[in-house]
Amino acid sequence: MKRSWVITTIIVVALGGWLGYSYNTRAQNGGGTQMTAVGSTALQPLVEAAGEEYAGKHLGVFINVQGGGTGTGLSQVQTGAVTMGDSDLFAEEKEGINAKGLVDHQVAVVGITPIANKDAGIKELTQAQLIQIFTGKITNWKQVGGKDLAITLLNRASGSGTRAVFEKWALKGAESAPAPEQDSSGMVRSIVATTPGAISYVAFSYADKSVQKVAIDHVEPTVANVTTNTWKIWAYEHVYTKGQPKGQVADFLNYLQSEKIQNTVVPQLGYISIHDMHVQRKADGQVINK
Amino acid sequence: MDEIRESLLKTSIATKKERIGKTLSISALLLIAIVVVSIFYFVASKGLATFFVDKINFWDFMTGKTWNPSVNGANGKPETGALPMIVGSFLITVLSAIIATPFAIGTAVFMTEISPKYGAKILQPVTELLVGIPSVVYGFIGLTVVVPFIRNIFGGSGFGILSGTIVLFVMILPTVTSMTVDTLRSVPQYYRESALAIGATRWQAIYKVILRAATPGILTAVVFGMARAFGEALAVQMVVGNAAIMPGNLISPAATLTSVLTMGIGNTVMGSMQNDVLWTLALILLLMSLVFNIIIRLIGKKGELK
Repeated sequence: MKRSWVITTIIVVALGGWLGYSYNTRAQNGGGTQMTAVGSTALQPLVEAAGEEYAGKHLGVFINVQGGGTGTGLSQVQTGAVTMGDSDLFAEEKEGINAKGLVDHQVAVVGITPIANKDAGIKELTQAQLIQIFTGKITNWKQVGGKDLAITLLNRASGSGTRAVFEKWALKGAESAPAPEQDSSGMVRSIVATTPGAISYVAFSYADKSVQKVAIDHVEPTVANVTTNTWKIWAYEHVYTKGQPKGQVADFLNYLQSEKIQNTVVPQLGYISIHDMHVQRKADGQVINK
Repeated sequence: MDEIRESLLKTSIATKKERIGKTLSISALLLIAIVVVSIFYFVASKGLATFFVDKINFWDFMTGKTWNPSVNGANGKPETGALPMIVGSFLITVLSAIIATPFAIGTAVFMTEISPKYGAKILQPVTELLVGIPSVVYGFIGLTVVVPFIRNIFGGSGFGILSGTIVLFVMILPTVTSMTVDTLRSVPQYYRESALAIGATRWQAIYKVILRAATPGILTAVVFGMARAFGEALAVQMVVGNAAIMPGNLISPAATLTSVLTMGIGNTVMGSMQNDVLWTLALILLLMSLVFNIIIRLIGKKGELK
């Protein structure tokens, strides 16, 4: 009886002390220099890595990076709940978002490639074949010069940025046939690697040796081809702010776009630097030479 | 004189303590009640917006077979047929409960009636250990062991209702087993003694007396396991395939309410129709767990030992 009282008292005092301490130091931890970035899981590693470097140089700045998906990022930044909304898509492309009032900061480019299981026996397809495969009109690899093996489609979740980009640029806007869906690129890769006849699509950084990258119309999925728009399946990674950013936020976004980050962290994490791009793509899909 | 009078009329320390204790427990209860009510209110207001704000027909939603909220269907309205997921959820739940029940009862009977000593020493910790394994581990084992196994035996991609059922069967087994054990232990000892006294064999005593007496408790355990299976998201999402199409057979990819919900919620914009329909799925899940709770209560009431 007596001991339990002692323990309870210690716990209450400790909790109270901790809360009090947090309350007193909230200014140092938060106060003006705290930024939150929420959204696209594809962009999360870059903002996290750059945020850590930035916070290391600017004492007192704290950058909190979370995933949640493109939709979450855009809607949270639109309501003003977070400072930065990470997105795989132009805000104009996402339904339910009013792009006016949101300011776009393109911080990287990501290339997306179809990947197939190695047993399928194909290394390239024409775009027409790719569309027929994903719309369910071609169901056996034999029909496109591969082995006699049924094709197993695998999609990212409907509404995912990667899927939207793939459907827009690889399938020319066609809807993929109903198929199994997975939530993350890592899972997609491991399933394609282990399921005979499987085909799906991931960002370049996820396409390793366990799967077969698929060339389209003789164009290889490489960084060099993305920078000249020869490989058309790519997208900007956007950080959106509500209105023009000010102070530390603007400084951090400049830092993200700086040569230093674009030449080190960006390629290390498998993204493509925005400075390497020879072309520019608008929200409506129009491509112009820089 | 006055001093004694005062001390008698004053509230004693014990009374004060009791009052404080009473206030504390009532406020804790109130807080929980408020939380439950606000969860219901929040999910219902979001979920019902589908029908009242976005004007989606209730029957189309419950019986439609195409799920693709971002695309407008043939009738010009978004394709929001939730039937494939509802069917998927129920199929997986019922199948895993059907498979788990005999195993659970067998294990429980062994642990309480046939070999209580080994039961308490070995099986009890083993089943309790199974409860503690996080569902992502079950899902990962399902993905790396069960899915390839199904693929090699039955063909197809390996993702589907069957894989989901197998994973969930293992997940709910410990829950159902430990609850069945409790029920069997609570069957009064004199039931066994009387049965044996009138010449029943051990098997007859178990089958005709103990299991009969424990039936309501066992049913509660099964429903409890089903409630768990119905709400499980992560492990199922990894093995079921997540294709929102009507399950044609047990090995074709399917989807459950939870898997569609967890996959979609981050990719939709709060307040949009695509987001609202996901909340409607959440509302269905919430109502179903309510139904499971009511069933458990009804069984409990009916089977009360008087």
